[in-house]
Amino acid sequence: MDNRRKYVIPGDVVTSGPFRPEQNVILEGNKIISTTVGISEIYDDSVRVISLTGKYIPKIDDLVIGKVISHTSLSWELDINSCYVGFLPAQDVFGRDFSAHADELSSKLKTGDLVAARIANFDRTRDPLITISDRDLGKIDSGALVKISPSKVPRLIGKRGSMIQMIEQATDAAITIGQNGWVVVSCESPEGLLKAKKAIQMVDEKAHIANLTDQVKDMLESKGES
Amino acid sequence: MGGRDTTMVLLDENGIRCDGRKIDETRKIMIKAGVLKNADGSAYIEFGDNKILVGVFGPRDVHPKHMSDTDTGILRVRYHMEPFSVTERKNPAPSRREIEISKVIKEALEPAVMLEQFPRTAVDVFIEVLQADGGTRCAALSAASVALADAGIPMRDMVAACASGKVADTIVLDVNNEEDQAGQADMPIGYMPSLEKITLLQLDGVLTPEEYKKCVEVGVNGCKIVYEVQKKALNDKYFGSGKD
Repeated sequence: MDNRRKYVIPGDVVTSGPFRPEQNVILEGNKIISTTVGISEIYDDSVRVISLTGKYIPKIDDLVIGKVISHTSLSWELDINSCYVGFLPAQDVFGRDFSAHADELSSKLKTGDLVAARIANFDRTRDPLITISDRDLGKIDSGALVKISPSKVPRLIGKRGSMIQMIEQATDAAITIGQNGWVVVSCESPEGLLKAKKAIQMVDEKAHIANLTDQVKDMLESKGES
Repeated sequence: MGGRDTTMVLLDENGIRCDGRKIDETRKIMIKAGVLKNADGSAYIEFGDNKILVGVFGPRDVHPKHMSDTDTGILRVRYHMEPFSVTERKNPAPSRREIEISKVIKEALEPAVMLEQFPRTAVDVFIEVLQADGGTRCAALSAASVALADAGIPMRDMVAACASGKVADTIVLDVNNEEDQAGQADMPIGYMPSLEKITLLQLDGVLTPEEYKKCVEVGVNGCKIVYEVQKKALNDKYFGSGKD
């Protein structure tokens, strides 16, 4: 492992000097201290720690998979696997001429439905505002939901999408990954679906292993022959 | 407090204590991180004969809603002793002592956790003492800090805790149950090792100013020993042992 990357726990000094603290680090005097369990990365002028644990914290423009938990006459509430509930206003689905009298929200999305959504706005004062009015967003009609730890989503995607592309190609499945750790897999063949689900769970369990891509590849191929 | 009369020899002429330890030696410490599946973070500690399990949930919704704070997240701690944790059955209802320790541990963890990143949420820490043998608050605090790190709650530093005290007119590290009952003073210390800051300091007993200084110094050294064990627990779970 290259010496710019290091395993750290809260309180560990990552480095000292004129660096910009980015993710999961704080500046204390001239020392940069990690605030979480993870892997530290030092760039030319900035330092960050990739967390290996923790809940999903919404970020603007993240693609998430949400589950409808309830609705009022004006909006839906979505479980996005976070400490905050996602807020989806009715105008987003019905358009500007939405009327609380004429339109029934449950005609579009019912409690329990899964949706692919994007975080439109989020700050510390309000619950995250969610939108589904974009290409590839909206209600998910078919597929299987796999839940993984949100901190392992980058591992599942891999470098420039290498891991997820490999799983998709080997199984002919279409996989939608939400940044909140919920993944929807849809596939024509039941074997492909099972294999893709198994591969995703394998990444979740063995995220810390170095040559994971090869191991997943072996698993996908070996099952294909039997 | 002069200490209760006892027939037990707390410190013999060779400087060996009633359980065979030297004056600057802690009991055997073992911490394991991530032992519970359903909690967001967890830890188990064995500190001598103390056995304590800690589970952490959160950040999550605050119930009842009126407790939530729009500026910051809140930390809630429950320290609880099992009825079978002591020799005579303990009533499972929270006692005056348990309520105090819950508060003290909460206040010892608060300087470390950065809950201002999660307004309107709560982090719950549940501490269950399975077996008690003196110094449970320090052991519980050390385990709680590992469980919080395991849950991924951002923290400025770990909090390590260890007690020191005065037994047979000598300052000793890590007071056990017998020494606590018969000794002259007991001082639990919570310490953030990287920031070099004390987050918990209690004192039961009478010390001279010199003894007080010595006691803090000895206790802080004990915390550093505990910190190494905490580090190992997290390294074992997340990176496999031996790598750093």
